[in-house]
Amino acid sequence: MSEAAGELAVETRGLRRSFGGRRALDGVDLSLRGGECLALFGPNGAGKTTLLRVLAGLLRPSGGTAAVGGVVLPGGAAARAVVGLLSHASMLYAPLTARENVEFAARLHGVRDPRAAAAAVLGRMRIADRADAPVRSLSRGMQQRVSVARAVVHDPRVVLLDEPFTGLDESGAAALTAVLAELRTSGAALVLVTHNLAEGLSLATHAAVMRAGRFARYEARHAIDAGRYAADYRELVAHGA
Amino acid sequence: MERSLLAAAWLIARKDLAIELRTRTAFFSALVFALLGIVIFFFAWDPTAVPAGDLAPGVLWVIFTFAGLLGLQRSFGVEQADRAIDALLTAPIPREAIYLGKALANLAFVAAVQLIAIPAVALFYNVPMGAIAPTLAAIALLAAIGLVAVGTLFSAMAVNTRLAELLLPVLSLPFFVPIVMPAAQATAKLLAGRPVGEAAAWLRLLVAFDIVFVVICMFAFPFTVEE
Repeated sequence: MSEAAGELAVETRGLRRSFGGRRALDGVDLSLRGGECLALFGPNGAGKTTLLRVLAGLLRPSGGTAAVGGVVLPGGAAARAVVGLLSHASMLYAPLTARENVEFAARLHGVRDPRAAAAAVLGRMRIADRADAPVRSLSRGMQQRVSVARAVVHDPRVVLLDEPFTGLDESGAAALTAVLAELRTSGAALVLVTHNLAEGLSLATHAAVMRAGRFARYEARHAIDAGRYAADYRELVAHGA
Repeated sequence: MERSLLAAAWLIARKDLAIELRTRTAFFSALVFALLGIVIFFFAWDPTAVPAGDLAPGVLWVIFTFAGLLGLQRSFGVEQADRAIDALLTAPIPREAIYLGKALANLAFVAAVQLIAIPAVALFYNVPMGAIAPTLAAIALLAAIGLVAVGTLFSAMAVNTRLAELLLPVLSLPFFVPIVMPAAQATAKLLAGRPVGEAAAWLRLLVAFDIVFVVICMFAFPFTVEE
């Protein structure tokens, strides 16, 4: 583990975010240290994606506080430098090749050798053989691999992942799992939004269930009985909202 | 590591130009529009009533204005398609760099259209432009800077709306007037064979509006992308 492991990577206190009269986040308290992974579950509209977008600096909090990598949000370029975001959309330029997309991201983040960094991360995502194909010619799963490569090419200290396994085949999922494990080992904190409980729990050190903009449940992975968790989750979601 | 404003802007401009070179959709549609416009004006023109030198400046600047809008429309459209704009907004670069990069790419786009449209107008209307070419190029460049400064900002504002194609011209055109008016006036003086000094007042006005628009739009841009 690196020096970053164990340091507070994400911290929110009473975090709120409203859209007009609707509160998408309603007092979220969260602490995550380097090397930890939070699996975030919840029904559609619970506020999971909003939380990721606030932590990524794409949305301003309406209230409360949030900090990533020790920088209080909105923290400008300093905060954005430590975050890697993978969202529902590919965030790629379809006419450019996979390599060009990842290299462009690396250059934006000031990576010292963007060409080598892009080649390395595309290799880790097992898509090096299609690196020079335009993104628009790649399948959805291949595009997702490129998106992952783009999100982590700068070795972020905080990685925010919204349904990262969507569209990935077995090989892609294995590559992503390995990349996430490497990131954790290097001291990065991961926030993983997923609807797949088994997948989330297999990677997580902590798990939370969001409902109506709050954490309805939050606990360490070792305290969770995976067998019961699915039933508890369904009950929690069914009786919520 | 945070990149400097200019370094990040150059990266973004290069990326936009690479996309345009790869797809060529906006450039060709703007070029076809420009050439069609020149031809239509030509056939609607009665040379016995209006001398070519009086008509050409108007034709040029109507075409540049609307052809430019075609490119500006696409400027933030490429970012919106797969939410690539989120990757720019989460990068450790000043927000102004995104604006500046987009504006530089748009400037290259408009200048490329001008490079073909100006000789086409000279050819169709039989207006000799050889002697005034450097001054005319300077006017075209100055006007392009102003058009692009305003258009890039409004492109960012309009792209998130359902009526982006309609909203961009509606928002932009009133602000194009202070740019197009001195540019057309200065062009008219040159084509009429008047000395450059007579167009100096219009050129000063053009430069003043360029400075005002570039500065205001660059500092206003971050507020259009913050949520």
